[in-house]
Amino acid sequence: MARMRSRGFQVFLPLSVLAILILINLIKGADYFSISIINGALYGNIPNILFGASELVILSIGMTLVTSSSGGQDISVGVAGAITSSVFVRLLLSSGGITWAAILAAFLASCAVGIAIGAFNGALVAVFKVQPMVATLILFTAGRSVAFLIDGRLSPILANDLTSQVGSVIPGVPIQTPIILTAVFIALFAVLLRTTNLKLYSQCVGINQKAARLNGINPVRIKFLTYMILGVCSAVAGFIAVTKAGRHDSVNLLKYVEMDAILAVAIGGNPLGGGTFSIAGSIIGAYTIEVLNRTLLRLEVDTETIKAFKAAFIIILMVIASPVVRQFAARGSRWMRDRLGGSAQAGQR
Amino acid sequence: MRRTAIIVYTASGEKQLQTPNVLEMRGICKSFPGVRALHDVSFTLRSGEVHALMGENGAGKSTLIKVMTGVYEKDSGQITVEGKAMHFRSPQDAQAFGVGTVYQEISLCHNLTVAENMFIGRGRYAFVDWKGMREKTARLLDSLGIPARPTQQLSSCSLAVQQMIAIARAIDMDCRILILDEPTSSLDEDEVRKLFSLMRELKSRGVGIVFVTHFLDQVYEISDRITVLRNGEFIGDYDASSLPQLELVSKMMGKALDDVSQIKKREVPALEGGAPVFEAQGLSSAAGVRPFDFAIRKGEVNGFTGLLGSGRSESVRAIYAADKVTGGEIKVHGRKARIGEPIQAMKLGIGYLPEDRKGDGIIAELSVRDNIILALQVMKGFFKPFSRKEAESFADEYIERLNIKTASTSTPIKSLSGGNQQKVILARWLLTHPEYLILDEPTRGIDVGTKVEIQKLVLKLAEEGVSVTFISSEIEEMLRTCSRLIVMKDRAIVGELSGESLTERDVLHVIAGGGE
Amino acid sequence: MNTIKRKETISNSNLLFAIAAVIFALMYGFAVLRYPRSFLQYQTFFDLFNLNAPLIILTLGLSIVMIGGGIDISVGAVTGLVTMCCAVFLESGRGSVGGSMLLALGIGLAFGLLQGFLIAYLEIQPFIITLAGMFLANGLLTTIHKDPLNVTMAEFVRLRDYSMVVPWLGTTNRLGNFIPLEVKPGTFVAALLIAALAVLMHWSRFGRNLYAVGGNSQSSLMLGINVRRTKFSSYALCGLLSGVAGFVFIMTTGAGNVGNASGFEMKAIAGSIIGGTMLSGGVGNLIGSPVGALTLLTINELIRAAGVNSNFQAIVSGLLLCVFIVLQSLVMWLRGAGGFKLALPAWLAPGGKGGRAG
Repeated sequence: MARMRSRGFQVFLPLSVLAILILINLIKGADYFSISIINGALYGNIPNILFGASELVILSIGMTLVTSSSGGQDISVGVAGAITSSVFVRLLLSSGGITWAAILAAFLASCAVGIAIGAFNGALVAVFKVQPMVATLILFTAGRSVAFLIDGRLSPILANDLTSQVGSVIPGVPIQTPIILTAVFIALFAVLLRTTNLKLYSQCVGINQKAARLNGINPVRIKFLTYMILGVCSAVAGFIAVTKAGRHDSVNLLKYVEMDAILAVAIGGNPLGGGTFSIAGSIIGAYTIEVLNRTLLRLEVDTETIKAFKAAFIIILMVIASPVVRQFAARGSRWMRDRLGGSAQAGQR
Repeated sequence: MRRTAIIVYTASGEKQLQTPNVLEMRGICKSFPGVRALHDVSFTLRSGEVHALMGENGAGKSTLIKVMTGVYEKDSGQITVEGKAMHFRSPQDAQAFGVGTVYQEISLCHNLTVAENMFIGRGRYAFVDWKGMREKTARLLDSLGIPARPTQQLSSCSLAVQQMIAIARAIDMDCRILILDEPTSSLDEDEVRKLFSLMRELKSRGVGIVFVTHFLDQVYEISDRITVLRNGEFIGDYDASSLPQLELVSKMMGKALDDVSQIKKREVPALEGGAPVFEAQGLSSAAGVRPFDFAIRKGEVNGFTGLLGSGRSESVRAIYAADKVTGGEIKVHGRKARIGEPIQAMKLGIGYLPEDRKGDGIIAELSVRDNIILALQVMKGFFKPFSRKEAESFADEYIERLNIKTASTSTPIKSLSGGNQQKVILARWLLTHPEYLILDEPTRGIDVGTKVEIQKLVLKLAEEGVSVTFISSEIEEMLRTCSRLIVMKDRAIVGELSGESLTERDVLHVIAGGGE
Repeated sequence: MNTIKRKETISNSNLLFAIAAVIFALMYGFAVLRYPRSFLQYQTFFDLFNLNAPLIILTLGLSIVMIGGGIDISVGAVTGLVTMCCAVFLESGRGSVGGSMLLALGIGLAFGLLQGFLIAYLEIQPFIITLAGMFLANGLLTTIHKDPLNVTMAEFVRLRDYSMVVPWLGTTNRLGNFIPLEVKPGTFVAALLIAALAVLMHWSRFGRNLYAVGGNSQSSLMLGINVRRTKFSSYALCGLLSGVAGFVFIMTTGAGNVGNASGFEMKAIAGSIIGGTMLSGGVGNLIGSPVGALTLLTINELIRAAGVNSNFQAIVSGLLLCVFIVLQSLVMWLRGAGGFKLALPAWLAPGGKGGRAG
């Protein structure tokens, strides 16, 4: 019961924030939900949000898993995405002609690189027992330069129909491709969680590693696995980002996305110290961040000031969610109830 | 209970001047979300007495102590210290006023030196006098005979030494009230003796001492008065001399003691024949047990005994490969087997309930359901999760069978009482239907009622043909349940007792004499 | 009863510091041998401080927070904000150098106090709060002024251009002219802070309490330490140091700029880690952290001297960080401190009894 209630609360907070944001948008203009069809595809505020948040959603899923199993965060996800996508671009450009098969092959290769990156971080975290943030600081420091070296030059351009279709719309399909890719990814992930014990195992490892081992779980392997999964997430996010952008900017691609991904995990109500987690919470958290960004833009807040507003928003949200404030609020409401109850009794007498 | 307090004040006012109440707590209530930990509890401590605070696990002793020392804030009630109403907002407040505390879980900082641990958080100073601190610490350690150096990092001290350091710190604080919450749990007999003589000396200086322990003998050895709590409620306070041990236990449990006597009949099945289920030769582990031989037959209950640190836990951990195995051979049902990781042991039908429930056993934030199915689920495999329905039915079955008190199967295990947590871990292993079950201190730190239930369960399992290795610090428990006892000393087996020679006297003789 | 181990054990903090110091010495030695022309000059060594004093100061602040078991990733952004605020203030026509100093300290402290309060008293995760702090500082910075702002106020320019000349430590250049050593005021500030904070952390009650809190905050509470106030103070101090770093920054470059000190938080964290501070708290050394920062800076200088692609700076820094992290991990493993064990696969682990050498 208690668990259900806390679970409920966990998703309730980001959901209600999302609702408030949408309400603000509706007050600003009632046409918020309106969807128009341009060139056979749906556009509008909601599709734009889904489109814009796709990389973030994918990364926050992987981040949630890593947070759960290792009790720390990977700050190299953006950089990892930059590296994997540089491999993707390099391979694609050096292949003879750009076909769907070539794109798929290059994408799979970039996923392999993502797994390798995950394995590197995972090895440091699981085998050498380095704090995740410290371990991933290595790639964070070096990664963009590595991506640049793989590119071989500044911002190679992906100018062709196929990849731009991946980044925007495939003719005949009414929904923008990144949205579909994200949906597919979420679905695959849901299947993964359904058909394996990944959730149970990584929670066990995150909560009590020693006990997990004594119950036959190999904590090293699980941590390793979660980092490799995050590596795949980075590769997919990098793929989407680079096809969206149409060129590979090794310096700015997926910049600062790691911070937003960690934020999404936290907004989703997941403890950053590891253990129990809710993927749904993180996904909602990621969309909340995107909605917030777009709401601020819609409210015509200066682009320069957006960050400050965002900061204020995060602080308020975290203060509301903080255990101390919740306890305080609970005590306050109890006091109120006692007061009211007491006066009611006095009245009866 | 309020009446008793008034009587103390009015009728024996004269006497009060000689032994004034140094601490008085009245009507203390404290609840946590979903749990009412203390309800209308009273406690009085006179100066110059040792006052035992007794109760089963979950009775509220530790909570009451934390209210005394300002770790928790009480919901209601009053605390008077030396006649003045007092309100400790934090452990600092309490310390500044002269309340020294040794908590159940040793609360020292591992990354600091012994000397720093002795002095940190005490007194008002701006800068640390390292030299003076070291010298004072050295003197103190010397006078108490604690084998540690002031400059040593605390993490390099053994658990018992850490416990002694925590006690030394509390004693050195010149306190008016000294609170000792389970101080003896990791001390050997010698150290307990030393502690008791210290307590007596402090008592003669007029310090009021609150003493919490699970060992009844120790209570009667040192205490003047006893306060009993049960389920967060005050049962009464008594003079130790006027409260027989049996009555104390029944007050703690709230029921008569038929249950214990029930299992006193030894119903150990005599299945001496047949090949052993599990055999080990020359087994040793990285935790430092000397190579030992061991075997257990079907339906047999045996036990490892010895003092704390004798290697009894380390031996069973070696069997289960909980510590890294460094040598030896294993046979299961006569066939050679290899156990390098716990999962291999599990697959061979071995279950292991660890000594350290909190650290090795429970997955605190996970639900009771997940905790129950965990081992079976892991054995079934990563790619074959149980459906929610299957998991529910497993959990329901064992919650009923073991009488686990939980609000639902989804309740996080951390919000259960110690005894119920232990039952959940037991359920976890019973669910795997092991052939050989290792229970390391399954009865430690849990209430008497559950202890009895667990012992009964062990015997029942044996009847069903499960081999059980049972370890307990309480020798009577082992004598009641085991048909064979393996005695350990200094990390090696020094003797084996069964049949006629299985008496407390013989066991103690072997432990003391170190074998023939 | 257990016998006392005779061997005097060195604390983890000091051991990790010793490693950092040795590596730094080795590296500088290598640099001197390989590129004697530039690295034999005292000026090169002092320039590490002259040009990087703000980073070194931030490293100190971060180490303090990390010893307390926390993290502050807002320091770079706050430093940037401070430089811009000072620049705007100085250029407003009514500004003064003293006033801008106070302004710098005030802004830094304000951030420190706010973050410290939210983290220590409301128990919110430090990473998220200081991330918000970073966003806030960044947002305020771009709101206040977007374009680079060069400070032209005479009094300030004099301060910016001031440097202490040490004639007896100079070097002769290629043309045979003797060039005396120049030391910037920022260097003094950094050196002073290193000394003062090292003393604070080793001898003061606050310092020792912070080590205890970082090691085990639950135990610290039981031992009678005011955990919240200690944590709060550490963030406040770190914020204050960001303010100082901001002022030193603008004193060095003389301009407010959006990109000022961006990314310094990660550099400072890297420096602290190389200097032997552990992110898990309770272990660290305030002299080690600047040494760690200097190690990273020396690498950059080395690569610059070698004249290779500047991208290698980042890559080599990353590699160095990697080596350090693995080394620290191995050292902790060999010491067997706190049951620390590497989770090596069986075929990699050395013989059975290994792993406890001291």
